[in-house]
Amino acid sequence: MELFLIFISAAIVNNFVLAYFLGICPFIGVSNKVSSAFSMGMATTFVMTIASTVTWMIYHLVLEPFHLEFLQTVSFILVIASLVQFVEMFIKKVSQPLYRALGIFLPLITTNCAIMGLALFSITREYNFYQGIVFAVGAGVGFTLAISLMAGIREELDLADVPNPFRGAPITLIVAGIMALAFSGFAGMI
Amino acid sequence: MKKQVSLTQDFLKGIWDQNPIFVQVLGMCPTLAVTVSAINGIAMALATSFVLVGASFLISLIRKLIPTQVRIASFIVVIATFVTIVDLVMQARFPDLSKSLGPFIPLIVVNCVVLGRQEAFASKNNPLRSVLDALGMGIGFLIALFVLGSIREMLATRTILGYQILPEAFNPWLVMILPAGAFLTLGLLMGLANWHAARKDRLSAARALEQYRKSMVAQG
Repeated sequence: MELFLIFISAAIVNNFVLAYFLGICPFIGVSNKVSSAFSMGMATTFVMTIASTVTWMIYHLVLEPFHLEFLQTVSFILVIASLVQFVEMFIKKVSQPLYRALGIFLPLITTNCAIMGLALFSITREYNFYQGIVFAVGAGVGFTLAISLMAGIREELDLADVPNPFRGAPITLIVAGIMALAFSGFAGMI
Repeated sequence: MKKQVSLTQDFLKGIWDQNPIFVQVLGMCPTLAVTVSAINGIAMALATSFVLVGASFLISLIRKLIPTQVRIASFIVVIATFVTIVDLVMQARFPDLSKSLGPFIPLIVVNCVVLGRQEAFASKNNPLRSVLDALGMGIGFLIALFVLGSIREMLATRTILGYQILPEAFNPWLVMILPAGAFLTLGLLMGLANWHAARKDRLSAARALEQYRKSMVAQG
């Protein structure tokens, strides 16, 4: 039950994009088409889950026993960056169709602050191993949900008559604001 | 020989023409997340600027030693080191601010403004230019965060930096401190910046056309 609450909280109530502002760059950059937005969301979920598992192990099995907590930022970012490379090579080797679907998005994920933010959040909230994994999957699902919804709206928005200065990023941000307002309706749920 | 750009231009371009937030649309996450109040915005921008200047200086010093294949990883390590410094100093000296900014201080490490400047500028220019460029970008970032933070703070609590600006009769807009307020304010500000830039372009185009006409008339 507790795990379910963590999942719902990460996916909907405290959506990573719309409540914590993590992963805004891909949210604005890759939300032109629903299909690519969905792939991006899937790739992010995948990397998030692995990254949170690995950073949990690094923190609790290496940094904490040796009192090296101050190396947290440096070690996490290095682990995430190399992990993304590794995952990319692995997918390329194992599954070509999956690589073609996710391939181009993987390098972008390294600088996606949602991954790093997730790792930091699960450390500060002192989640245990399983809670951490559920939290990561929930956050990934929330990210996928937000970016796919946004892409759906933007596909319609292409046909709308938006004032010139607001084309592109500004109107996307305003739509995101309205979405965030809608999502804040979930606030009382947990 | 590459066209020489003056030092002042390197410094000034970040403040408005290539403002990291309004024009380049980089570093959105901290911008939206911490600007609940003006003071948070300032603190975040100063922390980011420190990292930016420090990293730019160091990277431009060692730019000829870094192999191109591993440059991104090297940049990230240098940036992460400066971020750790900022994080620990803030935890020690300003515990309140550090608490209210939360994980967004360590998240400077994935701020695309910082990495972007290393890739686009510091790895190709000498230390003096790199520091000026970083300072300019830092100030541009500071302005953006301060404006955004002030607007949100003013509309949500009637104050800026704790000083009352709006009269008691003004009914505070709670939405401004919610995430939605951040998106809406930044979207509107960006639209405004675009409108201003487009207007300037149109005016200068009109002026050029006018001059061309005059010269044609003078030639007969």
